[in-house]
Amino acid sequence: MSTEAYSEYQLVVGLEIHIQLSTESKLFTAESTAYGQPPNTNVSVITLAHPGIMPKLNKKAVEYAIRMGLACGCDISRYCIFDRKNYFYPDSPKGFQTTQDRTPICIGGVVPVNLKDGEEVNVKLNRIHLEEDAGKSIHDEHSDESFIDLNRAGVPLIELVTEPTIHSADEAMAFMTEIRRMVRYLEICDGNMEQGSLRCDANISVRKKSDTELGKKVEVKNMNSIRNVGRAIKHEFKRQINLVEEGKPIITETRLYDANTGTTFSMRTKEELNDYRYFPEPDLSPFEVTEDWLNEIRLSMPATPRQLRSRFVEEYGLSVYDTEVLTSEKEVAAFFEEVCEKTTHYKQVANWVMGPIKSILNEQEGDEITIPIAPEQLSELVEAVENKKINSSLAGKQVFPYLVNNTNKTVSDAISELKIDISGQDDISDIILEVLGAFPEKVKAYQNGKKNLMGMFMGEVMKKTEGAANPQKANELLRDALDKKEKEE
Amino acid sequence: MKNFQSLSEIRSEIADGKLSVSLLVKHYLKQIEDMNGRLNAFLSVYADEALRQSHSIDRKIKNGTAGKLAGMVVGIKDVFAYKDHRLQCASNILQGFQSQYTATSIQRLINEDAIIIGHQNCDEFAMGSSNENSAFGPAKNPINEEHVPGGSSGGSAVAVASDMCQVSIGSDTGGSVRQPAAFCGTIGLKPTYSRISRHGLAAYASSFDTVGILGKTVEDIALVLEVMSGADEYDSTVSQQPVPRFTEALKNNKYKVAYLSETLEHPSLNYEIKDQLNDVLEDLKSDGHQVAEAHISMLDYLLPTYYVLTAAEASSNLSRYDGVRYGVRNEGGNLESMYKKTRSKNLGVEVKRRIMTGTFVLSASYYDAYYTKAQRVRRMIRDETISILEQYDFIISPTTPTTAFKIGEMKEDPMQMYLEDLYTVQANVTGIPAISIPIGFDNQGLPIGVQLMSKSFNEADLLDISKQIITFKDQKR
Repeated sequence: MSTEAYSEYQLVVGLEIHIQLSTESKLFTAESTAYGQPPNTNVSVITLAHPGIMPKLNKKAVEYAIRMGLACGCDISRYCIFDRKNYFYPDSPKGFQTTQDRTPICIGGVVPVNLKDGEEVNVKLNRIHLEEDAGKSIHDEHSDESFIDLNRAGVPLIELVTEPTIHSADEAMAFMTEIRRMVRYLEICDGNMEQGSLRCDANISVRKKSDTELGKKVEVKNMNSIRNVGRAIKHEFKRQINLVEEGKPIITETRLYDANTGTTFSMRTKEELNDYRYFPEPDLSPFEVTEDWLNEIRLSMPATPRQLRSRFVEEYGLSVYDTEVLTSEKEVAAFFEEVCEKTTHYKQVANWVMGPIKSILNEQEGDEITIPIAPEQLSELVEAVENKKINSSLAGKQVFPYLVNNTNKTVSDAISELKIDISGQDDISDIILEVLGAFPEKVKAYQNGKKNLMGMFMGEVMKKTEGAANPQKANELLRDALDKKEKEE
Repeated sequence: MKNFQSLSEIRSEIADGKLSVSLLVKHYLKQIEDMNGRLNAFLSVYADEALRQSHSIDRKIKNGTAGKLAGMVVGIKDVFAYKDHRLQCASNILQGFQSQYTATSIQRLINEDAIIIGHQNCDEFAMGSSNENSAFGPAKNPINEEHVPGGSSGGSAVAVASDMCQVSIGSDTGGSVRQPAAFCGTIGLKPTYSRISRHGLAAYASSFDTVGILGKTVEDIALVLEVMSGADEYDSTVSQQPVPRFTEALKNNKYKVAYLSETLEHPSLNYEIKDQLNDVLEDLKSDGHQVAEAHISMLDYLLPTYYVLTAAEASSNLSRYDGVRYGVRNEGGNLESMYKKTRSKNLGVEVKRRIMTGTFVLSASYYDAYYTKAQRVRRMIRDETISILEQYDFIISPTTPTTAFKIGEMKEDPMQMYLEDLYTVQANVTGIPAISIPIGFDNQGLPIGVQLMSKSFNEADLLDISKQIITFKDQKR
């Protein structure tokens, strides 16, 4: 098919993002939410749904949900009830999931996203609601038995649902990147997609650009990285257009993304859709979000990447591009700000962070971000270069690597251990050139063989540096300069 | 040994050196041994444990360190969690299940030195009005063993009526404490919804379930209510209202009492019950209380509302009994067939009927027609009831339309059986407290009960009027 055919179609994507909240305890019970524990160790009688147990709401989880809502500009519901979503599955111990159907804690909202070409688009949110996670079913350990691990059952989640207003894979990826960044900035989720603390399902459809109605949507699950979200959407876009072009119907179904092939395959059709029989959870009192509580949350909330970006432009006079790079990771932005408390050479700090520090970070494996140098070290280094104590190439090639390897050492330690002459070669070179420039006749004489003029040149240099120069070094540099001058002529 | 009517009687005999808690426990164990084979009131008896506890409580009484309920021997319905004791909800599906924690209500009794002597028979998952829906067979009415004791807290009523324990803790979702109390001739209190923590009470219908008390005297019930009530960290729906000293509530006040003519004119009401209720009304008047006629327009909607909503909640609450984590599992080859076999084989007919009804009324196509509508009607019933109780202190009615019927008599007719709850469900639909007290017997010698309902959290006045009615009934005798 020609690419022209593709250009006749519009992609329509809505995302459902499950964000596991990093509270210490579960949504309705006290046991730990720690990841990676031995199976079925974080399970009390409440998680196991023994007869007679009652849920108790974890207020911290509500607070985290509200943080996200405020950061996304949502309306915060003041009176919330939980609902039961009824279905049978072994990893759902109560036989229902406690969720919010009719009164989501956050309604509406917008997340502005910057695309690669610099364009800013607004992704509209439908809602954010609170719910509990299910346990895990493990089917591949044994040929004819399944295992259930209920450690995750009851861990708090927020589900963020966008409106179907995303029109490209890039937009979806940029949005996911921004959401991941936001939850990390807000300290409500570690954003780890591989461990499943951040999960994304995409509802994808296509339509002719001239159509007003939406096409039939396909839900794609199992995309455990932002890149895979993009790949899955691109694949689905093509697959669905091909179906339409071939006159075949698009089936409303759930498909799984296969990262090995970069394609999707059918999991179940929506015809077998469950009737979840939602009704208000009678074991939990409705909860109220008071004005006081909301204000408290608002005031204690960490800054969002967006807030930080505008602050970086205003306070530090950085370019939009610089702020984008500096705020891409929360840890990096925090480090930058810390260094900027100790020096006012903001642009230089930014250059160090975006250059040598970023390139070290890029090589780090895993999701943990460890800034390789202490904020004091970097501020000292910047100051040392700005005060011409050391030149920038020396700072980059010798001092910086030394500091990275010795995070408890100072710039002075580096200078003495690396035996760097703090009188500064650049300064002395200038002086030498000055001296040689002042005595052109003597230079000629020297070059013609009067080598004993070296003593006179040395005397002048020492006079100019007020005796601070290392004579041996000065002698060496002087000889080099005279030789160079000779060659130049 | 004599049949002690109240804890204060027991305590005064202990103080006089005529009785000890261990002798008392032995007495109840003997009663159980003699009668339980016939009456089937207890499903399990914790004899050794109770005796052991009795010795330590006797010592505490001697040392003056005993709790408020020292000397109180209590039976609990088979729906209460009691750590390291079996809990089966009278269902096959929980065969072999042991509770790993104790219900708040029960723990509070133990903290005050009550002794839990055993778990009592009931309808499966508290669903029924005759105790015939028990996986262990029916409990029998001690007044006439051919008759049912009522339900669902049947065993609990039988145990108190036949002096197998001093007090029973039951649960009341639609009358399950009051109706068996009436059938067996004891007192049965359903406190205000949320007055007592539900933590550890196996849920039937969460927005109706109430922990209830069956006893021989108003004083005992007041004391136990006082101990069990109040805020609980495990149940966020429980009321934060302060708990009054119910034991000091018996003040002999004069009240305004309303009877609802529609309840007395209902075709299913037995005439003997009606006559005796009228006698009570006359007694109240001559005792200086005001008695007046009031009206309820929603009477015919009580039972349908109750059954739609309780079935809906039950269908969800009982989903956890799936054979996966505990209880009985019937292997089926695959997951779906395991679920089907386990639940089909091990849940009883009535329980399955309510699960199916509940699933139906919550299903997408019928949700609005049944569930939503019933919620709306529930609000209307609540409003009407509250408006009556703004003018009167109490609403008085029969507890049941009939006296205890014969075992098997209504088994094939669930609709007739549901009618047994005609007068009791109003208090559960609205959440208000209600009590059933014995006022006499029919011509077969079967007990008759009268019910009083009051405003929410006004159990104190309810206990006061109950005490007064019982007193003048005793004086007449």
